[in-house]
Amino acid sequence: MKLAVVVQRYGRQINGGAELHARYIAEHLAKHAQIEVLTTCATDYVTWRNELPAGTEEINGVTVRRFRVKHERDPNVFGKRSERVFEGRHSIGDELDWLDAEGPTAPAIVDHLTKHAADYDYCLFFSYRYYHAYYGARATASRAVLVPTAERDEAIGLHIFHDVFRSVRAVMYNSPEERAMIHAVSGNDDVPGVVVGVGSEVAANPQPSRFRQKHDIRGPFAIYVGRIDQNKGCTQLFEFFQGYLRDVSDKTTLVLIGHSLLPIPTHPRIRHLGFVDEADKYDALAAADLLIMPSYFESLSMVALEAWALGKPVLVNGKCDVLKGQCLRSNAGLFYENYAEFAETLRAIETNRWLAASLGRNGRQYFKEHYDWPVVVRKYLDMFERLKKEAPKKSIEPLPGWFERRRQNLPAANEVLAAIPSGPAVHGKTDARRRA
Amino acid sequence: MPDFNVRADSVNVEQIMEQIRARIREKRGVDYTEAQIRELAAVKLERFLDPSGIRSDLLEQFRKVQPPYSPPELPNYAFEDSTLYESHRGPLRLIRKLLNPLLKLFFNPNPLIQALHIQARLNTMSAEREATREAARRASDQLFYELIHNLVIETTRMSIEVKNLKMRVESIGSRLEFNERRARALESAVVYKSEESPSPAADSRPPRPHAPAPPQAASHVESRPSAATPAERPSEAAPRGDQAPQAAAPGGEGPGQRSRRRRRRRGRRGRGPAAAVMGGQAPQTDESVAHGDDQADSLSDRESDAPAHDDLETISGADAHPTEPPPDPESHEG
Repeated sequence: MKLAVVVQRYGRQINGGAELHARYIAEHLAKHAQIEVLTTCATDYVTWRNELPAGTEEINGVTVRRFRVKHERDPNVFGKRSERVFEGRHSIGDELDWLDAEGPTAPAIVDHLTKHAADYDYCLFFSYRYYHAYYGARATASRAVLVPTAERDEAIGLHIFHDVFRSVRAVMYNSPEERAMIHAVSGNDDVPGVVVGVGSEVAANPQPSRFRQKHDIRGPFAIYVGRIDQNKGCTQLFEFFQGYLRDVSDKTTLVLIGHSLLPIPTHPRIRHLGFVDEADKYDALAAADLLIMPSYFESLSMVALEAWALGKPVLVNGKCDVLKGQCLRSNAGLFYENYAEFAETLRAIETNRWLAASLGRNGRQYFKEHYDWPVVVRKYLDMFERLKKEAPKKSIEPLPGWFERRRQNLPAANEVLAAIPSGPAVHGKTDARRRA
Repeated sequence: MPDFNVRADSVNVEQIMEQIRARIREKRGVDYTEAQIRELAAVKLERFLDPSGIRSDLLEQFRKVQPPYSPPELPNYAFEDSTLYESHRGPLRLIRKLLNPLLKLFFNPNPLIQALHIQARLNTMSAEREATREAARRASDQLFYELIHNLVIETTRMSIEVKNLKMRVESIGSRLEFNERRARALESAVVYKSEESPSPAADSRPPRPHAPAPPQAASHVESRPSAATPAERPSEAAPRGDQAPQAAAPGGEGPGQRSRRRRRRRGRRGRGPAAAVMGGQAPQTDESVAHGDDQADSLSDRESDAPAHDDLETISGADAHPTEPPPDPESHEG
């Protein structure tokens, strides 16, 4: 079996969620199939500048074929086009222009797929919202397996993607919430799909004391791992945590790991360690009392899974359906929607050892049952087996003509998003509390 | 406040979150939903947003000062299917129509016509929308003006009320102080009377504050000498000064209170006995007043003198607070 993994960026140093997800999947499926990764020469997801040489290389035993990006992203153009399609009535042409502005515009990947589609049994496309996934899936619809990594943001409301969701052979979802959202927006219930997620390369023997010694951290601490950005809810986290130190307890330290795009508050109980290597990260997670994940938009929080794998409880933003759903399904984390809840939940985990230990134990069990590598790989292989037995049902609809593309008949993506039901999905089904 | 009921082998996040929310509700009383908060906010704002509920006529004045708004006449055009071919010359119009198919060979004017037609409609809609927005803005300006005006009024009213309340607190404080002083003095007077009981053993017994004997005390008041000789005064004044700290201690009086009493006493000495001034029954000497006034100052004074009606007036502070009724001497006389 030969598989193509198509992703916007790829490399050992690239730690973005979907990119890391793709690399892990490629490396684990490489034990069962011949894998070829098709990606761009870009390493920066903002500019998509060509920084790596085009051509073929091997990374961790996987063949990687890089293609040049045609043009870099112009933030002004992208901003204007985003405003147009997200906030106003627009046409399919506007959405395609938006996709082109977003990038990474790599038509060479699409050409390669068009010419060599028959060489692959299946093409795994990561991140539905990018150029390569949209045009690549259209070029190889009968072999396309989509890993959407969709978040609850405006892009999901764009009409062009709904056809893709309906036309691919299969969809590998990250969470039941993501599946419910894509079903609701595109009506692709008949497309084979499974909630898979991704495993993690959790260190077998992390050293908590090594981390504490190295960074001189004493006492209990909560940890945040990821980009320190307003979009990740870090501003609110800083505000809430400082309130917690002031009102409830000043014993806990907040340790931040990751590149910061925000000013970090100056407080003796808030420590920013910057970017650390993987070993250090797992040492930190093992040393922490809990992980805090304040993000509003996640399709699957890998760091939360890693914390659970190490038996640590998590505290997440309850306004993110996926994170809240994971906590409810796993019984391994608490969630907050306002400051009062943040303070109480953090206090509960900090002061109640039984609670923290039980949540951590549940998390470890949840990870083992659903996100351990054998489970994840088996789900992929089962899906490929299933697809082999089923003939592709329909072909993808061609893009409309010049006039039709310019008809301003599509609603604003914001409106579409607002109409999608929200709320966590518990016990595999959409929760009764999901609200329209 | 109940703590979390968590067993290590069964953690239910939903239940824990319920418990946490219950704790939060307990802490802050009521857990309003966002809808309820919005409703409450709307209720509070209704008064301000309802122009008919506005008390003052300042809004009317504001409206008068503001020039009336009339939407500006913006230039626009009409663009229909036939606009391109229109002409006031009939034959020319006819020729244009005849040549229309020829024109369409070179380019398609329909999108142009359609675009300009849509643009003309958009211009009209935009002008209407702008006029509506402007009107709404002006209306909201008026409401904001009124809102701020009402806030200023309310703030001023609150400030006046705060001042009034401060004054009331001061007044109540002074009355409380006065009452405390009176209570102490009355208590001392009662103790004194019990000391003056005719029992022969009384002299050898320490004073008993809770064992008064009113009938005996009253008879003693009637039979007590009404004046002291001037020669006695120095001998009385000296020990009073020495014993004052001892006597003041049980009452918890400070030097300020004593000095105020002395000032009152000196003032009364200047104008004569209070009872005489007010036409009282028994003429009182300075000394008797001083004794009555200084009940708390000197125990030896209490043993040698008895309080008269004027003393009670003095120690009760009735002279300082004329509106307070003095203790009824009859009640002491039985």
